[in-house]
Amino acid sequence: MTDYLNDFASLFAQYDVLGAFWVNIKLTFFAAIGSMLLGSLVALMRISPVASLRLLGTGYVNLFRNTPLTIILVFLILGVWSQLGIALSSDFNRNFFVYAVLGLTVYHAAFVCEAIRSGVNTVPVGQAEAARAIGLSFLPAARLVIFPQALRGAITPLGNTLIALTKNTTVAAAASVTEISALMKTMIEFRPDVIIAVFLTVALGFVLLVVPVGLLTTWASRKLAVKR
Amino acid sequence: MASSTAQNVLFDVQGPRARRTTAVLNVVGVLLVAALAWAVLGKLADQGQLDATKWASLFTGRTWENFLLPGLVQTLKAALLAVVLSVAFGLVFGLGRLSQLAPVRWVSTAVVEFFRAVPVLVMMIFFYLGIGRADLVEPAAVPFWAVVLGLMFYNGSVIAELIRSGVHQLPKGQREAGLAIGLTPSRTLRLVELPQALTAMLPSMVSQFVVILKDTALGYIITYPELLASARRLGSGDGNILQALFVAALVFVVINYLLTVLAAWLSRFLSYRTAGPTRPAEGPLAAEETA
Repeated sequence: MTDYLNDFASLFAQYDVLGAFWVNIKLTFFAAIGSMLLGSLVALMRISPVASLRLLGTGYVNLFRNTPLTIILVFLILGVWSQLGIALSSDFNRNFFVYAVLGLTVYHAAFVCEAIRSGVNTVPVGQAEAARAIGLSFLPAARLVIFPQALRGAITPLGNTLIALTKNTTVAAAASVTEISALMKTMIEFRPDVIIAVFLTVALGFVLLVVPVGLLTTWASRKLAVKR
Repeated sequence: MASSTAQNVLFDVQGPRARRTTAVLNVVGVLLVAALAWAVLGKLADQGQLDATKWASLFTGRTWENFLLPGLVQTLKAALLAVVLSVAFGLVFGLGRLSQLAPVRWVSTAVVEFFRAVPVLVMMIFFYLGIGRADLVEPAAVPFWAVVLGLMFYNGSVIAELIRSGVHQLPKGQREAGLAIGLTPSRTLRLVELPQALTAMLPSMVSQFVVILKDTALGYIITYPELLASARRLGSGDGNILQALFVAALVFVVINYLLTVLAAWLSRFLSYRTAGPTRPAEGPLAAEETA
């Protein structure tokens, strides 16, 4: 047993497990900001009075929500980067990272949009009517009255999207980013004797990343709920 | 529908001036999209990506017969088995979480929460290398089982949660009625609550099947020859990887979109057949990890 534990401990000396997890955290961070911005924009388009923008927003959501993330990332790397020769960064490894963030962003923006729209649905009609009654037009009404309430109502679905994003950063392995799932594969291939321990370590890492987000969003959704 | 009114009320029924503004913005929007499309297509054309030769080979019988259809069959095969196993897994652990016996509840809760937190790809890689090492199935079938098992553990856990919340969302009277006519609590669960919960949760489950179908594409990373992998093989051979991947993505979008439409239709149709709400509520399970 101690032998096994020693073997296992040597893995951490040999491979940069924490460094790999840090890559996932960075991917999550940048993609979360990107998809929040893009998703809010698409949500705004989907609830706007302009039909062509509505159509564009709906098309965006239906396209990206139904495409596997793996295809988006492979398409970006093999198609856009390798075939079209568009580099997003002069540094070779950084280029893959930026592409992974881009892929994660466009994919999750569709889910952020739907989360915000479900938040908009929690805002009572009276709020929008009141905004109109005091003479606000669409954009000011959306910015001052609807979105602040909608975002607070959308915390739970947004939190779910963030959790999904955290876990989906592992798919960046398809974009040649050396993150934890790629490292896990290498570790198991070279040290198959400790396969279970390696899997449990990675799994536990994700439990530790994901559970606080879940607890935090549950707490925040209660704390920030609009009292009605 | 409350949802559409809440959104439409954001702007008034428009008068002549607002209509003019909207019309102008509409034109601007269309022009913007057209300009974007023009720029992208122009860039693609410059690189010769729009040449007929790059696209024509995708619509030949050879391509579909040798690459795309076999890939699609593998994708559907894995997805279908994963759906069946996930529902079975979900039923076992969903009912486990509703059990009268506390230890059964604890174990089920731990299992469900654990597998919901672990990325599907991590599980697939584990099974891929683990099954291969343990020599449980013939080597050629290892990626297939890795994909199916990875999908089963994650989506089964989500379905377990769906079943549990479906039972909780039923009106209390349903359970009380079951108990009042002398059924035991577990028979009430099985005979009265579960059938209605399943009906109410069917639309959400169909949405989860979309997730399963999408996630089969993760099999690409562990060498399962599904649609994405075969599209890549086709594209590398013919030098039209961009186009081949585009067609593969389109196939996924069409199938998933049809499933989404089916889910929406089911939620309207089934609302007459159960006491529970067939629409996903704005609770913890709203927009469940469908990403």
